[in-house]
Amino acid sequence: MEPLGMLIDFTECIGCGECVKACQKQNNLPGEYLKTDLSSRNYTVVLKKEETYYRKLCMHCLEPVCESVCPVGALTKTEQGPVLYDPDKCLGCRYCMMACPFGVPRYEWDSAAPVITKCIFCSERVAAGGETACSWVCPMGATRIGERRDLLEIAHSRIERHPERYVNHVFGEYDAGGTSVLMLSSVPFEKLGFPTHLGNEPLPNLTWSVLSKIPNIVITGGVLLGGLSWIINRRIQLEKGTLDQDGNRQEPEKGGGHE
Amino acid sequence: MNNSSGFLVAGRSRLWIVLFSVIFLLGLFLTAKRYLAGLGSVTALNDYQPWGLWVGFDVLCGVALAAGGFVLTGIVHLLNFDRYKSVVRPTVLTAFLGYILVSVGLLYDIGKPWNLWHPLIMWNPRSVMFEVAWCVMLYSTVLALEFSPIVLEKLGSRKILRLIRSVTIPLVIAGILLSTLHQSSLGSLFLIVPEKLHPLWYTNLLPLHFFLSAVSVGFAMVILESCISSRLFNRSLETNVIADLGQFMVVALMLTLIVRIQDISFKVGLANIFDGSIESWAFLIEMACFIMPLVLVFLYCKRMKKNVLVISAAFTTLAVVINRLNVSVIGLARHGGFSYFPAWEEFAISVFLLAMGFLVFMLCVKYLPIFPETKENDQCPGIIT
Repeated sequence: MEPLGMLIDFTECIGCGECVKACQKQNNLPGEYLKTDLSSRNYTVVLKKEETYYRKLCMHCLEPVCESVCPVGALTKTEQGPVLYDPDKCLGCRYCMMACPFGVPRYEWDSAAPVITKCIFCSERVAAGGETACSWVCPMGATRIGERRDLLEIAHSRIERHPERYVNHVFGEYDAGGTSVLMLSSVPFEKLGFPTHLGNEPLPNLTWSVLSKIPNIVITGGVLLGGLSWIINRRIQLEKGTLDQDGNRQEPEKGGGHE
Repeated sequence: MNNSSGFLVAGRSRLWIVLFSVIFLLGLFLTAKRYLAGLGSVTALNDYQPWGLWVGFDVLCGVALAAGGFVLTGIVHLLNFDRYKSVVRPTVLTAFLGYILVSVGLLYDIGKPWNLWHPLIMWNPRSVMFEVAWCVMLYSTVLALEFSPIVLEKLGSRKILRLIRSVTIPLVIAGILLSTLHQSSLGSLFLIVPEKLHPLWYTNLLPLHFFLSAVSVGFAMVILESCISSRLFNRSLETNVIADLGQFMVVALMLTLIVRIQDISFKVGLANIFDGSIESWAFLIEMACFIMPLVLVFLYCKRMKKNVLVISAAFTTLAVVINRLNVSVIGLARHGGFSYFPAWEEFAISVFLLAMGFLVFMLCVKYLPIFPETKENDQCPGIIT
């Protein structure tokens, strides 16, 4: 199966907020529509900057940072595209919140048994062949889902046809190694608060480059330390005269008090 | 042992008992609040700065300041510097208590502490946090074993004692390897946030810097702790030993600074260091604390006076504490929109944990053969002395 993606064209968004309401209903999230940022009760949000409406939600990275940093594997990237979260595994270390380059995961700070919250790409709906709640409800077609490959083609053809309308950047095509959610905008993405300097390499490589050296460190270090202690101990025994030049014990068990 | 028990019954101890009781009761109350009403009720943490004082101080500083354990057991048992045997026991005790405190601190900080054991069966080898979790668990076990002869001696179980002493060298080696891994990995934790951590602290060399500074502060803590316990328990201070350890500390500090300054000068221009921002001040204060011990020791290197050593060790400790807080809290504050300043409850619980650790240390000194002079039948009491 070709991995899915989501294309959000900010230029088509009219800021009606239907996607936010549908998302809250789909995920049984109580509370009102927070108009400032994501929260533990808003997996997505529609914001406005200089007459431009834009959405924030989990980008569903192709190689997610959150998946790589979670010590218990509570976050997983599915083959179909969504990045899922298992609250039963999670121990609440919040490293995913620290590490997410897009600042997406949220936390239930007021709960005695808190969980991480974020968009899960309506994984059950899409696994059954349906659409995400937000794309299904969008009256303008500003948010749509499909195969990521096809969406990229659409995005690039739009930029080509209307270069005056779009900045020449499909956000998420390569950023942070690529994301399942793709965005088009008329305003430069950094002005909307999106991180545009993440590079095209998946970020998990940053820590993997260190972690992958651990077996080497353990083996080399073990041999080095063991060898050091062996050499030094033998020299001390030689000095004390308990070993002769040929390595034979000179005075076996001197008084037996060593143990 | 007579001198140690003197502390609790001394005349001014009434003040201490009142202070301890206040800290204890407040601690219990805040603990209940934290577990009933969630992290938000006792911390200023938020979605933009999810790690704060407890991660920065209780965990990162706790682990770093407990580095004396692996540093000193390595020097005494692997390099066979027998001269420092007298300080090994209190150091191992401090390290063991330090790691217990870190674990307890984690029980406060993580959202679902009843899931703390999950990394045992739910693996993710790509995660630095997973590696840290395993190393800390294993190293705590090593420390418990290294500490066990002290208890076994007291209990008089000779057989188990002999068994544990026979594996001393492998234990010490395992301790050094595990410490090397997780001391550095606590720095690697922040490799994943190149966009968020201020460039004064973000570097590929974070793991190396964390390791070297942990070794430095390991020596510093042994010096400080020897001096403080000599005060508290009226023991004579082995000035030669702490002067030697001071030399080790200075060498480790110089290595730390070489790595740090080289890296900084390559990356950010001098202008950024003096631009007057919060980060630049935090950085300058940290650096001053790192350099201070070197200046002091070189000024007075002809005769390593006790006071010079203590002040140098105190500056080293302060430098590492500030460094860990800078990396984990202050260096990330700008990205978090400066939305976090620790709530008083966070300070109170940290103090509560420290006070409990101190109390347990005092009890151990009182009831266990921690200091060699107090009670010893053979003069070379085994390997893990």
